[in-house]
Amino acid sequence: MEGEVKIGVYICNCGTNIAGTVDVKEVAKLAGGLPSVVIAKDYMYMCSDPGQNMIKEDIKQLGLNRIVVASCSPMLHEHTFRQAVQDAGLNPYLFEMANIREHCSWITEDPKLATEKAKALVSAAVRRVYYQEPLEVREVPVTPSILVVGGGIAGIQAALEVANAGHKAYLVERESSIGGHMAQFDKTFPTLDCASCIFTPLLSTVGQHPNIELMTYSEVEEISGYIGNFQAKIRKKARYVDEDKCNGCLVCVEKCPWKAVSEFDEGLSQRKAIYTPFAQAVPNVPVIDTEHCVYFLKGTCRACERFCDLKAIDFEQPDKEVEVAVGAIIVATGYDAFDPSAITNYGYGRYDNVFTALQFERMCNASGPTGGKIVLKDGSEPKNIAIIHCVGSRDKNYHEYCSRVCCMYSLKYSHLIKEKIENAEVYQFYIDMRCFGKGYEEFYERLSNEEVKFIRGKASEVTDRARTEEEQGKLVVVAEDSLMSALIRVPVDMVILSTALEARSDAAAVARLFNISRSADGFFLERHPKLDPVATTTDGIFIVGCAQGPKDIPDTVAQASAAAARVLAMISQGKVEIEAATAVIDEELCSGCKICNLLCPYSAITFDEEKKVSRVNEVLCKACGVCVAACPSAAITGKHFTTEQIMAEIEGVLA
Amino acid sequence: MAKLKVALYWAASCGGCEIAQLAIGDKLLKLAEAADIVFWPVAIDAKYKDVEAMPDKSIDACLFNGAIRNSEQEHMAKMLREKSKIMIAYGSCAYEGCIPGLANLFNRQMIFERVYIETQSTDNKNNILPQTSCQVPEGELTLPEFYDTVKTLRQTVDVDYVIPGCPPEEKTTWLALEALIEGKLPPKGTVISHNAKAVCDDCPLKRDVKKIKKIYRNFNIIPEPEICLLEQGLLCQGIATRGGCGAPCPQANMPCTGCYGPVEGVIDQGAHFLSALASVIDSNDPEEIQRIIDDIPDPVGSFYRYSLPDSLLRGAIIR
Amino acid sequence: MSFEPKIIAFLCNWCSYRGADLAGTSRMKCAPNVRPIRVMCSGRVEPLLILKAFEAGADGVLILGCHPGDCHYLEGNYKTLRRVDLLKKMLSQLGIEDERLRLEWVSASEGERFVSITDKMTEQVRKLGPFPRRNGGNNG
Repeated sequence: MEGEVKIGVYICNCGTNIAGTVDVKEVAKLAGGLPSVVIAKDYMYMCSDPGQNMIKEDIKQLGLNRIVVASCSPMLHEHTFRQAVQDAGLNPYLFEMANIREHCSWITEDPKLATEKAKALVSAAVRRVYYQEPLEVREVPVTPSILVVGGGIAGIQAALEVANAGHKAYLVERESSIGGHMAQFDKTFPTLDCASCIFTPLLSTVGQHPNIELMTYSEVEEISGYIGNFQAKIRKKARYVDEDKCNGCLVCVEKCPWKAVSEFDEGLSQRKAIYTPFAQAVPNVPVIDTEHCVYFLKGTCRACERFCDLKAIDFEQPDKEVEVAVGAIIVATGYDAFDPSAITNYGYGRYDNVFTALQFERMCNASGPTGGKIVLKDGSEPKNIAIIHCVGSRDKNYHEYCSRVCCMYSLKYSHLIKEKIENAEVYQFYIDMRCFGKGYEEFYERLSNEEVKFIRGKASEVTDRARTEEEQGKLVVVAEDSLMSALIRVPVDMVILSTALEARSDAAAVARLFNISRSADGFFLERHPKLDPVATTTDGIFIVGCAQGPKDIPDTVAQASAAAARVLAMISQGKVEIEAATAVIDEELCSGCKICNLLCPYSAITFDEEKKVSRVNEVLCKACGVCVAACPSAAITGKHFTTEQIMAEIEGVLA
Repeated sequence: MAKLKVALYWAASCGGCEIAQLAIGDKLLKLAEAADIVFWPVAIDAKYKDVEAMPDKSIDACLFNGAIRNSEQEHMAKMLREKSKIMIAYGSCAYEGCIPGLANLFNRQMIFERVYIETQSTDNKNNILPQTSCQVPEGELTLPEFYDTVKTLRQTVDVDYVIPGCPPEEKTTWLALEALIEGKLPPKGTVISHNAKAVCDDCPLKRDVKKIKKIYRNFNIIPEPEICLLEQGLLCQGIATRGGCGAPCPQANMPCTGCYGPVEGVIDQGAHFLSALASVIDSNDPEEIQRIIDDIPDPVGSFYRYSLPDSLLRGAIIR
Repeated sequence: MSFEPKIIAFLCNWCSYRGADLAGTSRMKCAPNVRPIRVMCSGRVEPLLILKAFEAGADGVLILGCHPGDCHYLEGNYKTLRRVDLLKKMLSQLGIEDERLRLEWVSASEGERFVSITDKMTEQVRKLGPFPRRNGGNNG
C-alpha cells in the first residue's frame, strides 16, 4: 500500500432528495473528523460534471488516495464515480459509495434519525475505504469462432447467423444428420406451410457453407477454458462409412438385408441397418447401426461393402477425437417428447390406435411411413379421432409447466385430418386453449369454423371396454366436459396424445459439461428470465431453443439469432473484460483441505496435486465469495470484499 | 554466558502441561545446562514471596500454562509478567482458554450452585458457597475470588509467544525452548509451531470430495483407514486447526479436536470450522439440512472445545 | 428512554440490495435501525462476520439473499442457509435468542417485503432489549 492514506468524503445533496431529510452539513462535519479523512464536503449534485470535477481537482491538489461519495445507490452511479476517480489517476477500486438516498433519506421519515443513519453509513464507508486496494481490470482476447451444439432449427439458425457474418462455426450434432425434430414435421402452424419446403434448403445451406464445419454423429465430451477462449473435445463416432468417399448414392442401403425400427418415423416404419434417417439428410452419408448390422453381430454379410463402388464402407473405422478452439458456445440441444406410456390410463402401447403427436406428425407426412395417409393399425381409415391435450404437461404428476406448442399443433392436426378424411369427426379434449402467438388465435377461430369439436375437460381414460352398442370395437375417451359439468364418453377410432416437451433425459449431464444450471423443470436456466434470456451464468455460453424451455419455431429462431448477435458482438469487440474482484488463495496458508473445491459454482478452483494446495482460476471466478466464507484457514481472500474490509464496515456502521 | 533464568507456572489447568514439559525427555538436560529454573510450583519448593522479591525482568522467560479463572491466577500472571522479560503462553489453556474455558457456558453462580449444592454427592445443608473472606475464631480466612468468566493469558497480560497444544507436543515444546536457549526467538506474537498451515497439511489421510450427508460421533462408526475423517462424517477439526503436531490423532483414526488453535491469522477458530462444515453439507433442502445438523449434539463443545474464551463472543450470555 | 436496537443487514448485490433500493425509490418508510452492508452474494456472509457484528455492538443481524433458485451465483444462498442453520443451533446454546439472527430472501422487486422484514425484525429485537455482551471482566 502506498504511503499515508488520505481520504476525501463527498456528501451529495441530490437537490432536496437527500438534503431535504438528511442534515448534510452535519454528516460532512462528522466525516471531516474521522481518521485519515483529509477533506469532507457536501455539494448539490455530486454526479454532475462540476461535482465530478471537484473530486478530480481534490485528488490532484490534496493528493487524495481514497474517495468516498455518499449519494444514491451504487447501482446508479458507482460506475460514474469510479470513472471519475480513474480519470484523476486513481485506481477505481479505491473508491467507495455510501447509499444515503435509497437506503436512507427516501425511506426514513424523521430527519434526525435519517441524519444519524447517514452518519453511520458514511463512517462505515470511510473505515472500509481505508482498507481498499487497487485492482487490475483485465481483458482477454476472443477467439473469433463458435461451437454450436445441436443441429436442430435452433442450432442451424445460430450457426448460419455467425457463419454468414464471416466467422467459423462448428456445428456438432449427435445424430447422423442435422435437422432435429423440425425435420420430422409435416406442416407448421399456423400458416400450414410445408416444413420440409422451408427447412430442407436450410439444411443444404449448412452442409455447403464454407464457414460451417459440420460434425454429425459427434458428441462434445469435454469443455475447458473460459469466455473468449474455450477448448472443446469432440468425439466423432465411427459411421463405418468414409464421408470423403461416399457420394450418397445409397446403393448400400438398398442392398442391406437387415432391418431395424425407424427412430425418425417414431417406430412406425423400418429402416435398414445401414441407413440415413430421412431422404434429405445432411450430410447424405449413411451410418451403420452396429446393434443391428449382422456383420457386427455375427461377423458375416458385408453386402454394403460389396456393392459400394467407391469403397466407402470401412468396418475398421475408429472413433475420432477432434479438438477445436472457440470464443463462445451456443447450446441448442432441444427437447425430448414425453413418453406417454407412463400414463397407463391413456393406453399408449396397449391399444394399437393410440398414437403420440410425433407419430401422427410422421403419418401425415407424404414421405412418412404411410405416404401421408392417416390410417389405423389395420390399414383402414379412421372416421372419428380424439386429440387429448396436455399429456404430461400441466399435470402435477409429470410436468407442471405448459408445453406451449401442443394446443397449436393439435389444431393443426385437426385441420390435416379434415383435409385428408372426408366427414371425419375430430374431438379436442383440452384444459384451456392457449393460442398466444401471431396468427394463432385466428387459426383457432378458423378451426372452430371447420367444425372441430372442442371439449373442455381433461380426458381421464381411454378404454376399449364398450358399454353400448355404439362403443363396440372403438376406443372410448372418458372425460369430464367441464362446461357441461357432465361425464362424457366419446367413442373414436383413433386417439392422438398431445405429448409434452420435456428436458432431454441427459440434460443434467449436459448442464454439468457446460457448467450451466437448470431450472426446477429440468430445462437449462437463463441468466435472467427477462433481460438476459439466452445467456447463462457461465460467461460465453448461451442457450437457445427448447433446451431452455418449450417454445415454437418462431421463438426458437428469434432466440438463436439473439444468441448469435451476442456472440458476434463479442467477436467484433475482439476482447472481453474479466472480473477484477476475484478470490485468490494464499498458498502459504492453504492446507489443501479441499473444502472449497466443490463449492465453486463455476469450477474455478482446482487442486494442485504436486503442491497440495488449491488455486483459483481468476478468469473463471465471478467473485461471489462463497469459497472465501467457507475457508477454515482464512487462506482465501475475496478481493474488494475482504474480511478486513467488511469488518471495518461493520465497526463503522455501528460506531 | 550466564545461564538463563526460567520460571514455569500453572493457573487453571489440568497438570498435563507439566507432563508435556517433562516429556521432552533427555532434552531436559540440555535445558538444565542452559537455564536455571527459578520458579516451578509443581516441582520446586518456592513461595510466591520469593517471586515477589525478584527484581523486575530478572526472569528471562516464563512459561505460563493454565487459564485465568480466579484472582490468584490473575495476580500471579501480572506478577510474573513484571518479573519476566519474555512471557510465553504455554498450552491451550493459557493461549485460548481450553477445557476450563468451556465453563464460560455458565457463570459463577451457576457453577457454584451446581458444584456446591446440586450434585447428588454433595452434603451442604446450609447451602454454603465459597466466600472470598470468612471470619473464624482464629481470624479471617481468605480465598481468591472466583471469576464469572474464564480469561486467556493474553486477555490478562501482554504475551510474547504462544506454544499451542493440549498439551503441546514434545517437538513443539522443544522448538520453542531451543529457540529460547539459542537466542533465536521469532518476532513477538508468534505462535511457535512447526507448521502455520492447518493440520491437513500434516495429515497423510486421502482427501477427495467434501460432501457431508451424515455426521457421526466417534462411537457411531469405525472409520475407513486412510480416508479423510471429515469426509466420512466425523467432526475432524483438522481443517481449521494449526498444524505442527504432525496429525497424530487422525492417523490413529481419531478426529482432530482442534487443540493447536486456529490457523495463522484466523480470528475465531470455531466460526471458521462451523462455516466450512456447514458449507459442505450436501443438501439444499431445509429439512434435510436440519436433520444433518441434528446429529451435532453440542456445537459449542465441538467447535470451541479449546477456544471459547478466545472467541468473539467469549461465552454464553447468561441472564 | 426506549431502547433503539442496531441491526446489521447483509444484502446481496443482485437481489436484496436492489429490493432495498426499490423500497427507497418507492418512498416506502422503514425503521432506520437497519444498517445495510453490501456483499456480492449472501454466500459471502460467513459466521465470523455475524459474530463480529454482535461483538461490535449489533443487537440483531439480518441476512438477505436471493430467493432459492434465483441466486445470481447459482447456489450461494443455499450455502448461507446451511451455515445460518448450524450457527443458530450454536447461538441457542450460547443463550442468544433466535430472533436476533434472521435469514430471509428478498428479490429485487420486493421493496415492500424488505420493509416488512426490517420493520418486524426491529420490533422483535426492540422487545428483546440490547444484546448482552460478555465482557470477560472479573464479574462480566
